[in-house]
Amino acid sequence: MSLLEVKNLQVRVEEREILHGLSLTVNPGEIHAIMGPNGSGKSTLSHVIAGKPGYEVTGGEILFKGENLLEMSPDQRSAKGVFLAFQYPVEIPGVATMTFLRTALNAQRKARGESEFSTPDFLKKVRRVAASLNIPQDMLRRGVNVGFSGGEKKRNEVLQMALFEPSLCILDEMDSGLDIDALRVAADGVNALRSPDRAMVVITHYQRLLNYIVPDFVHVMSKGKVVKSGGKELALELETSGYAQFEDAA
Amino acid sequence: MAAVQETVDRVRRIDVDQYRYGFETLIESDKAPKGLSEDTVRFISAKKNEPAWMLEWRLEAYRRWLTMTEPKWARVDYPTIDYQDLYYYSAPKPKKTIGSLDEIDPEILETYKKLGIPLREVEVLEGVVRPEGERRIAVDAVFDSVSVATTFQKELKQAGVIFMPISEAIREHPELVRKYLGTVVPTSDNYFATLNSAVFSDGSFVYVPPGVRCPMELSTYFRINERNTGQFERTLIIADKGAYVSYLEGCTAPQRDENQLHAAVVELVTHDDAEIKYSTVQNWYPGNSEGKGGIYNFVTKRGDCRGNNSKISWTQVETGSAITWKYPSCILRGDNSRGEFYSIAISNGHQQVDSGTKMIHLGKNTTSRIISKGIAAGVSQNTYRGLVTAHRKATGARNFTACDSLLIGDKCGAHTVPYIEAKNSSALFEHEATTSKISEDVLFYCVQRGLSQEEAVGLVVNGFVKDVLQQLPMEFAVEAQKLISISLEGSVG
Repeated sequence: MSLLEVKNLQVRVEEREILHGLSLTVNPGEIHAIMGPNGSGKSTLSHVIAGKPGYEVTGGEILFKGENLLEMSPDQRSAKGVFLAFQYPVEIPGVATMTFLRTALNAQRKARGESEFSTPDFLKKVRRVAASLNIPQDMLRRGVNVGFSGGEKKRNEVLQMALFEPSLCILDEMDSGLDIDALRVAADGVNALRSPDRAMVVITHYQRLLNYIVPDFVHVMSKGKVVKSGGKELALELETSGYAQFEDAA
Repeated sequence: MAAVQETVDRVRRIDVDQYRYGFETLIESDKAPKGLSEDTVRFISAKKNEPAWMLEWRLEAYRRWLTMTEPKWARVDYPTIDYQDLYYYSAPKPKKTIGSLDEIDPEILETYKKLGIPLREVEVLEGVVRPEGERRIAVDAVFDSVSVATTFQKELKQAGVIFMPISEAIREHPELVRKYLGTVVPTSDNYFATLNSAVFSDGSFVYVPPGVRCPMELSTYFRINERNTGQFERTLIIADKGAYVSYLEGCTAPQRDENQLHAAVVELVTHDDAEIKYSTVQNWYPGNSEGKGGIYNFVTKRGDCRGNNSKISWTQVETGSAITWKYPSCILRGDNSRGEFYSIAISNGHQQVDSGTKMIHLGKNTTSRIISKGIAAGVSQNTYRGLVTAHRKATGARNFTACDSLLIGDKCGAHTVPYIEAKNSSALFEHEATTSKISEDVLFYCVQRGLSQEEAVGLVVNGFVKDVLQQLPMEFAVEAQKLISISLEGSVG
């Protein structure tokens, strides 16, 4: 069974149709890159999969592990293994990162009927993962993303990905706001999470990111549809030819 | 989206069933006749076996009250209160004279047990697992108009601390009560305080002698049970030179359709180098989803830093009451004295809160700090009203105020009304204020990571109030944190 099946998805935001009949199939272990110009609907797709309010699905369906994802609340989707790494991770003042990680992890485990992590086990796990991502302990004591640099925010997203062990990771414009060094650290973190049971959907505007996170498939989106799919070489092709050639295809 | 609609529906259902303390205890009670007159005042005084001076004091207040009118300046709206339609005194009928805890009406013990208040010292002492460092707490339980139990009397006595119902203190320590009662909040102070002075029935009295650090937390737990009964408690706490005491009050009431009046007066006095820390977790019944019922909470709380280098600190977590009208204040009379006010005021449903503080700088180099966190949800109105003044002689007075308001939903209101007056040019007053809405993006971020909508709101709000929660005694901080989440259940839409 496919991990994620998006079939003929139609989505509206305030009367305006953003996605008109988008289809995408993702199997476990695969990395899919979704590329396209601004306004092509890339972020909308990621938001609808994660269940962000404000989008109206007018047609089509999304199956996740064979289940109807659209009927689930965002927290249920999270517990089932959908993870969205935000383009702009939010700040939550007064809530220590460590507290947030633990609350979220235990909420997911509880929803799945699993036991909650004990404090020592949890701390051990966080410390190990944080060290591998070069995240200092004092960052974990600070408010969630409060005063974090762009790179720190993205590493914090990867840290959560590593902790929650989702089966589907959607990375929304992970490279935005990062310099090359910060990008490399974040990408290394993501690559370490590649596994035969885990799929990733990497949304990006630029080919650059795909030098670090090498995809199995590349899809080009334009005007709310996938207009071309191919292997990783498609990304390189786009780099030279640009998106303009697809404007009319949509 | 379905998720949004669902939470909107939940807001509409915010209802009595969320109030965990809404049960009623069925016991016989001994009441004064309905209505207020000199006879009512005499009745209460006689019930308490009060000396003549106390009765005179009450009657003077009553006569004064007759000449006064109810204040209308607060941003709260409620129908006119018929003061003749209330009972001013209600006491659980004692089965016999109470000599020890064992003789208290089991129904009342059960009530406090349900509320999670330990009245049996043994239970507290034998509590199986006591986290290390957790302090014991002495409790004075006030049921309607009378105090029904005060624990740890013996141990406190050894330390020289007096902690007893004020009705007893009037009889047993008249010299102390006479010396201090009404010196911080005079009988003529304001409409509700004057009413309280005439008809108050019970409350706590604390005296900590010079140099004594009270060996445990003191706590009073107020419960209004009887129908149509006003609760008028009076608390008086004195920390003599170099003394320290930490005191906590908690309040709950049953769910009723009619509104009930609660008009308390709290007076604090600190002498040289003394400190009082006063914490409140107020959870009176807030009324139902249509705004029916709930407690009218009109309270006068004031502390007088009478001595040099003394300190009074108010911490309050206000989640209950249909209407809250309350401004715990500090008179910074002694040089180098310090006043603090830490407040979390949460309003949901149809609640109306008008609360804040007054910091009155009279002495030299006096300092004060105000941290107020207002959270409004539902169709509630939440106002911070504060006054900071420096007297001519208050050289070097300093104040820092931070007022933050958080709005949940788009039908509630947050208002900030700060008054600042400096009559001394060396005074340094700082005021910061922010108002923000709980952001959809933050909530979505949290639910994407697996938190339910309600857990997400609770987490964000607890982060917002963290600075104030840290001021509460540890045991209550955890309790308050839970209370905050419960108060805001279903408030996102």
